[in-house]
Amino acid sequence: MLMNIQFFKFAAFLYFFGTLAYLAYIIFLKRGLSKIALIVISVGFASHTLALLTRYIEAGYTPVTNLHESLSFFAWMIIGILLIATLKYKVKVLGSFLAPIALILMLFAFALPKEILPLAPVLKSFWHPFHVIFAFLGNAMFTLTFCCGVMYLIQEHQLKSKKIGAMTKRLPSLNLLDDLSYQSLKFGFPLLTLGIITGAVWAEYAWGRYWGWDPKETWSLITWFLYAALLHQRLTVGWRGRKAAIMAIVGFLAVLFTFLGVNLILPGLHTYSNW
Amino acid sequence: MELLVVGLNHHTAPIAIRECLAFSEDQLEEALAKVHALSSVKENMIVSTCNRVEVYAATREIEKAIHDLKDFLSRYHQLPLKEFDRSLYAHIGEEAVRHVFRVASSLDSMVVGEPQILGQIKDAYDRAQQSKTSGLILHRLLHRAFHVAKRVRTETKIAISAVSISSVAVELAEKIFGSLEKKTILLIGAGEMCELAARHLVSGGAEKILVTNRTDERAIALAHQFRGEAIPFEEMGRGLRKADIVISATNSPRYLIDHDQIIKVMRDRKQRPIFFIDIADPRDIEPKVGEIENVYLYNIDDLQKVAQENIKDREKEAQKAEEIVKEEVVKFVNWYHSLDVTPTIVALKKKFEEIRKKELEKTLSLHPDLSDREKKSLEALTAAIVNKILHTPITLLKRTDEEGMSDLYLDTLHVVFGLPEKSSEPSGEELEEEKKELTSEDA
Repeated sequence: MLMNIQFFKFAAFLYFFGTLAYLAYIIFLKRGLSKIALIVISVGFASHTLALLTRYIEAGYTPVTNLHESLSFFAWMIIGILLIATLKYKVKVLGSFLAPIALILMLFAFALPKEILPLAPVLKSFWHPFHVIFAFLGNAMFTLTFCCGVMYLIQEHQLKSKKIGAMTKRLPSLNLLDDLSYQSLKFGFPLLTLGIITGAVWAEYAWGRYWGWDPKETWSLITWFLYAALLHQRLTVGWRGRKAAIMAIVGFLAVLFTFLGVNLILPGLHTYSNW
Repeated sequence: MELLVVGLNHHTAPIAIRECLAFSEDQLEEALAKVHALSSVKENMIVSTCNRVEVYAATREIEKAIHDLKDFLSRYHQLPLKEFDRSLYAHIGEEAVRHVFRVASSLDSMVVGEPQILGQIKDAYDRAQQSKTSGLILHRLLHRAFHVAKRVRTETKIAISAVSISSVAVELAEKIFGSLEKKTILLIGAGEMCELAARHLVSGGAEKILVTNRTDERAIALAHQFRGEAIPFEEMGRGLRKADIVISATNSPRYLIDHDQIIKVMRDRKQRPIFFIDIADPRDIEPKVGEIENVYLYNIDDLQKVAQENIKDREKEAQKAEEIVKEEVVKFVNWYHSLDVTPTIVALKKKFEEIRKKELEKTLSLHPDLSDREKKSLEALTAAIVNKILHTPITLLKRTDEEGMSDLYLDTLHVVFGLPEKSSEPSGEELEEEKKELTSEDA
C-alpha cells in the first residue's frame, strides 16, 4: 500500500478517537479530556499532513483532483483551522463541534476509491490547484463560521430561556462566538472570492470561457452572494448575534450543496471524475 | 396565648402577587398600628421583603386572628382576598415557631443560606418594638430566632454555599460579554441593592459606572464612590445607549423601561447586546423587553433560580440546619408551655392542699376525742386560710397572663414555694448577651 494511504488511515483513526474525546469532554466536562483530544487530533493532523505530502510526491500533482482527495483536503483544512482557533481563542469546546464535521468528511473520503489515477487533461492546469485550495480554505473558514453560529444559537437560547444549565458553562460567551464567527467570515469570504476568480481563470484555459453557468458555478455564486449579504449586513446595519448565526448556518448549507450536492445530484462540468 | 404566622412567600406566590402585597418602608408603621388595633391580635410584627410578606402575631383567638389578618392584608392593599387566598399560609403554635426559626436561618429563602434575610427580620423586629406592637412573646421568639440563625450560620456550611445574586449576575454577564473589562454599567436607582451588585461587577472588571436616580444628590454621591458619572434621571435614555449592563433597583411603582423604548435604543446601539438586571420589587423593566433580540433581561426571581442550581451539597448542610431548628423549636416550645399559668396554679394549689391535709391529720390524730362537728370546723378553717392565702397570687397570675407578663411571677412562685422545675431556658441577661453579639458581628 502506498505511504499516503497509510498516513491517511492513521490520521482518520486518530481523528476518530480525538473526536470521541472531544464529545466526551462536552458531556462530562473533564479538563483532561480536552487536552487528550487536542493532542490526539494534533498528531492526527501531522499524519494527515504527511499523507497529503506523500500523495503529492507519489502522484506528481497537487492531490485535489477527485472526491476522495478533496474531502481529505477539506477535512485537513478544518482540523488546521480548529487547531489554530483553539490555540488562539482558548475555546476548548470548539473541537466538540468542528472535529465531528472533519471526521465525517474523513470517513466519507475513507470509503471512496483512494487509488492515484492518471490526471484528466482538463485538470492539468496551473490554476486548478489554486482554485481548489482557495475554495476549500474558504469553505473550511465557513465551517468554523457555521459551528460558531450553532453554538451561538444554543447559548443564546439558554440565556434567553433562563435555563442556565451545564451546557451554558461549557459554551463560550456570546460575544466570543459572535466575534469568532465574524473573524472567520472575514477570512472566508475573500478566500471564496479568490477561489471563484481563479476558477474562472482556469475555466478560460480549460473550456475557453470564464463563466458558463454550469450548476457548480451557479451554486458557488449563490453561496458567494449569501456570504456577501451576511458580510454587508454585519458591516453596515450592525447585524450580529442571532440573525448572523442563522445566516451563517444557511450559508454553510449552500456550501455543502455546492460541494457535494451538485456533484451528486446535478450533472455538469465539475463531475469530470465519477467520484 | 398562641403564636401565629400568616403570610405568603416565593414558594406559594408569584412575584406579581408578592409585589401587590408588599409593604414599603413608610407604610410599615401605619400597618403595624392597624394590626395592633385588631382586637384578636395581642402582639404583632410585619416582615416584608422581595420574597415574603408575613405577619407574626400572638393571639388568644386563633381562628378570628387568622381571619382578621387576611382581611387586613386584603383591605390594606385593596386586593380581593380570593385573588391571593390560595397563596396564603397560616402557621400556628409549634409550626409558627419552626417557621420563624427557618426564615431567620435563611432555610426558607429562595437562595438558601443568603445572609440578607436575618438583617431584614431584625429590622422588622426593631420597627415593631419602636411601634410598641411587639410584646414579651415575640421578643422571646425573635431573640430565640436570632440565636438559631447564629447557630445555623456557625455550625453548618449553608451560608458559605449560598451563591449571592450578585455573583450570579456577574457569571451571566460573562456568558454574554465574555469579559467584563471595558464594560459600562448603568445603575438606575442609588439604593443599597444597586450598590452591592455594582460592586460585584466592578470587582469582576467592569470599567465605567453611570448612575441615575430620581434625586440627583444620591446619584452623584454613588457615582463619586465608583469614580463614575451621574446622569440626570430625565436623560436615562443616554445611559441606556451607552451601557452594556443595566442594573435597576428603584422603588418606582410603574415600569421605568418599556418594550418600545428599548426597540429604539437597540437601533441606536446598532444592536450591541445589553444585559438588564431588574432587582427592583415591583419590577422596573417591562418583562417583554427580554424578548427583544440581543437583549437579556433577568429579574430577581430568575437570578435566584440560577443561583440555586449552582449550589452543591446544599441538601446535606440544609439537613444539618433543619436538625438545629428542630432542637431549638423543642426548647422554645418547652419554655413557651411553661408560660402557661394553669400548671403553676394547679401545682400551687396541690402543694398547699398537701400541707393542709398533712397538718390537719397530725392535729386530728393528737386529739382523737374531737367531735365530728369540731373536725368539720377545723377542716373548713384550714381550707379557708389556704384559699385566702392563695387568692392574691392566683389572681395576679391570671391577670399578668392576660398581659403576657406572667413570666417573672411564675419563676418567682416556683422558686419561693419549691414547685417542680418548669424550664431550662437561658435567662433574660443571656438573651441580651446573644443579641449584642449578633449585632456586633454584623457591624
